[in-house]
Amino acid sequence: MKLLVAVKRVIDFNVKPRVKADGTGVDLANVKMSMNPFDEIAVEEAIRLKEKGVATEIVAVSIGPAKAQETLRTALAMGADRAILIQSDDELEPLAVAKLLAKVAEEEQPGLFVLGKQAIDDDSNQTGQMLAALLGWGQGTFASKVEVEGSESVAVTREVDGGLETVKLKLPAVVTTDLRLNEPRYASLPNIMKAKSKPLAQKTPADYGVDTTPRLTTLKVAEPPRRQAGVKVASVEELIDKIRETGVIG
Amino acid sequence: MKVLVWAEHEEGKLRDATLPVVTAAARLGEVHLIVAGSGVGPAADEAAKVAGVEKVLLADDGAYANGLAENVAPLVAKLMEGYDAFLAPATTTGKNIAPRVAALLDVMQISDILSVEGEDTFTRPIYAGNAVATVKSADAKKVITVRTTAFEKAAREGGSAAVEPVAGTGDAGLSSFVGAEIAHSERPELTSAKIIVSGGRALGSSEAFHQYIEPLADKLGAAVGASRAAVDAGYVPNDYQVGQTGKVVAPELYVAIGISGAIQHLAGMKDSKLIVAINKDEDAPIFQVADLGLVGDLFKIVPELTEKL
Repeated sequence: MKLLVAVKRVIDFNVKPRVKADGTGVDLANVKMSMNPFDEIAVEEAIRLKEKGVATEIVAVSIGPAKAQETLRTALAMGADRAILIQSDDELEPLAVAKLLAKVAEEEQPGLFVLGKQAIDDDSNQTGQMLAALLGWGQGTFASKVEVEGSESVAVTREVDGGLETVKLKLPAVVTTDLRLNEPRYASLPNIMKAKSKPLAQKTPADYGVDTTPRLTTLKVAEPPRRQAGVKVASVEELIDKIRETGVIG
Repeated sequence: MKVLVWAEHEEGKLRDATLPVVTAAARLGEVHLIVAGSGVGPAADEAAKVAGVEKVLLADDGAYANGLAENVAPLVAKLMEGYDAFLAPATTTGKNIAPRVAALLDVMQISDILSVEGEDTFTRPIYAGNAVATVKSADAKKVITVRTTAFEKAAREGGSAAVEPVAGTGDAGLSSFVGAEIAHSERPELTSAKIIVSGGRALGSSEAFHQYIEPLADKLGAAVGASRAAVDAGYVPNDYQVGQTGKVVAPELYVAIGISGAIQHLAGMKDSKLIVAINKDEDAPIFQVADLGLVGDLFKIVPELTEKL
């Protein structure tokens, strides 16, 4: 079966984001960008399914500015077979992204669509679920284990608040990855070179006839309230005394 | 405005996570709860007593037994014909269901709100809580998940809502529940605990977690949490994880032991009232948010602390 994987170019997870002084957003100029960490896990899982003989082809899809090509090349270097970039300089909301991905799915007819559980920039955790709803497919969110059973179904173990639960989904289905699903591989230098000649198709939202008008307007982006600087204590006794002073413990 | 709230329940009991959502919903208008599941009459009766709830819709059907999003979302979407907003807690259940509902209604979801600024305006954290965005929705119907630590819990008593059965929408035939491994603990639940003792990679082993963290937690009547590093190293199960990708907590006292304080961890606990950090590295970022810090070897400090409390 064919696998589709969605990847997003986001601020690198190690960078501490800075809010712009005018309150219009987070400053992304000259900031290191990378593939969203959950999407790396999604690409890795797709590659492992191919290595197991479950998948025949992996197509990586990204929606974003021209530079999202770099993110797709990373996916290709990891092991994806080809890529599709839907280029847009607007900041697209999860609903618009899900609609575009649904169109790609209708065109490509994958057996499984793998996404990260959330992007570390907007922290929405919506796109996979919305995509599944639009396609009328089952969804295996927050997956920590994915076992494809023939061409009919997939068993997904999900990380839920109290522990783990396993659901069985009819294929085709949507899976979103949690952190513990796997350890993504590094692309080797020869594979990075090879990735440069793999096919990368360029599209626009208009090609798919999707209206991407935002539904939400960001009025303001602010720094969260700062905590007052604390104190360092010298001993366990002092620590206990100070905690008791606050009245939190008796 | 009429607001439908997703009631989260477990083994016939209404979960605490529902209560802050009722508070958030009451800021918008008239609050109705939907209790969906199999044999959930007792949970609906509990829901009817929650202060501020005006009606409880009960969908008791085998198709909703395990809260499968594929079966539950069409039910909620259908009920939304009579409502202006749907609110769910930002738990794994709420996060699984609400975006599916939003897409069925063709509206954008607003995730993890921290406050209600007006009937269409909300604040929410972005970039692992390093920024707070104020967003205004142009959608006719709102679909929202609520950060449960950002709102007071509605009282469990004081309401007298009517329970009204509603017709189900059946089994979508897309998914089935296989089984669950739920960790049972005698300790308080992490997201609603008043005190949390959390351990990090510096513990070095699962045994050390049992030996050092748990006795301190028990002495304080606290829940036990962990950093991602401790979970990845297998010291504790993943549902202990506090952070951007784990649980978001805001207890009265958060004790971080052997946790360096990466931004992903801080995202999950920096709204705690009092933060205490114990770490041998005096430059660890955790000390930048800690109200009280003690620099030293946790293997000496923690037993002493446990003994002297």
